[in-house]
Amino acid sequence: MTAHGLSAAGIDVVRGGRPVLHGVSLALAPGWTAIVGPNGAGKSTLLRVLVGLQAAERGTVLLEGRALSSWHDAERARRIAWLAQQGEAGGELSARETVMLGRVPHLGLFASPGAADEAAVQRAMAATACEGWAHRRLHELSGGERQRVLLARALAVESPVLLLDEPTTHLDPPHQVAVVRLLQRLGAEGRTVVSVLHDLPLALMADRLVVMADGRVQAQGSRDDAALHDNLVQVFGGAIRIARAGASWMVVPQL
Amino acid sequence: MADIERRHRLQLAAMLVLLGCVLGLAGLAAGSEGWSPAAAWQLAWSPDGPLIVGQIRAPRTLGAWLVGALFGLAGAIAQGLFRNPLADPYLLGSASGASLAVVLVLGGSALTGHAIGITTAGAVSRLGLVGAAFLGALVGVSLTVALARGAQHTVRLLLAGVIVGVVLGAASDMVITVAPEALRGKQAFLVGSTGYLGWDSCAVLLAGLAVAAPVAWRLSRALDVLTLGEDSAMSLGLSLTRVRGVLVVALALATGMAVSQAGLVAFVGLAAPHLVRRCAPSAHGYLVLASAGMGGALLLGADVLARSLLAPQEIPVGVLTAALGGCYLLWLLHRRPFA
Repeated sequence: MTAHGLSAAGIDVVRGGRPVLHGVSLALAPGWTAIVGPNGAGKSTLLRVLVGLQAAERGTVLLEGRALSSWHDAERARRIAWLAQQGEAGGELSARETVMLGRVPHLGLFASPGAADEAAVQRAMAATACEGWAHRRLHELSGGERQRVLLARALAVESPVLLLDEPTTHLDPPHQVAVVRLLQRLGAEGRTVVSVLHDLPLALMADRLVVMADGRVQAQGSRDDAALHDNLVQVFGGAIRIARAGASWMVVPQL
Repeated sequence: MADIERRHRLQLAAMLVLLGCVLGLAGLAAGSEGWSPAAAWQLAWSPDGPLIVGQIRAPRTLGAWLVGALFGLAGAIAQGLFRNPLADPYLLGSASGASLAVVLVLGGSALTGHAIGITTAGAVSRLGLVGAAFLGALVGVSLTVALARGAQHTVRLLLAGVIVGVVLGAASDMVITVAPEALRGKQAFLVGSTGYLGWDSCAVLLAGLAVAAPVAWRLSRALDVLTLGEDSAMSLGLSLTRVRGVLVVALALATGMAVSQAGLVAFVGLAAPHLVRRCAPSAHGYLVLASAGMGGALLLGADVLARSLLAPQEIPVGVLTAALGGCYLLWLLHRRPFA
């Protein structure tokens, strides 16, 4: 187990009487891992289990070798940052104030932000290129701009583990590419970055992929793994084809 | 941009202080003869001055501001807690609880043969009614929280509040059916009036504000975090149950104090945070405190109007705030047509 490692073993989750995850086991090491699979595969539920928001009927989640449930809330929050799918953001907070909320695990409810917190917020906003509207209210921003602010909020935690549910939602292609570069960089720096992605070409730029379907892990491996590609085509019902395009992979509809 | 917003916030704070002072002076000058600074000046130096100005108008003026401040604060807490700009302080069953308690006291007295009406009861029953209304408000909120099995789920809390409101309302009607004398007293007490506020009321209200406002201000970052949604708040290590519990207690305390002293004043709790957001958008730390100032200014302004508009006749301030609040909401709807 690595210092920043997060792992799950034999996770079962039942929701509304319907099994959502069956015996899911995986070990997440530093680097960028993308979780892919069709709708309803259990990808978001798995992320929620990994961050402690969803209790599992069976199975254990270990963070740094210790059961996730045994961590104190604030300690856990300093180690794992989570970005919600379709993240909410109401109220009258400015973009900067929203990103500063990422420092809550460090500050608690009462401490005032110090220079280190200001610097972390600055870095996070620079990483998602959202400093330009730092003082605009969140409800005044477009969907893509808001998504970049919410991603910066997750980055501002500066946690060793980052769980991102659809971080590229609402983003235009240049910003999708920017996020991919960011996730690659964070992975290369030794952070454990896990993202659920629907955009397969983007997911195939991750260091590792986890393919899910019907609440099970169907395959996991490196992005260049041919068996994993076959599995990916299979879980998508043969509707896609994966082809090499230079150093990366291209996913095209199979008509 | 940030500087402009900071300036707006400072301007609003200064305006609320100034408005509070001006309306306070107006409150001292407004009496049953209408509103006249000259007459008020003469009255202040007359033999009746200490009684009329010092014992009636001054505590009523300060009390109206404090009640409004408590409603404004409670409104800001409720809207942050439920992440709904239409939330008001009565959502958790405090109004129906206070109402039932008042009816029980009045109806209970009537049933046991010691009929008291609100006009005749005066100081004797006042303390009993105030205490009952406060306890009733707290019991209403406690029932809601118990029914929702804690404060962790917003929707469950809201539904429980609605259920408690309906059931306690039905219980009030039942008591009134058995003891109809209670109806008049209930109406007078709960229509919303600042006419009974004395120095003792001010002391109680001030104590309530002194507890609830710092609690809400200290927990304002939790309200900020809640804007991200409950799951994100928990992922940031926030103990929702504990934080919500404390905020619900602060909300119940502020609402219970205000309702017990002045009855069900409508719209101040709903409108005060709205007005603050329109004038100076901000995080909750500023919002909760400015909403208290705004609520105070609103209710004090309404109280001065209630005393002056039809002098010597007095309009219950609750009726006036309901009418003005309704107009404000209509104006909002008119200004922002549905897309």
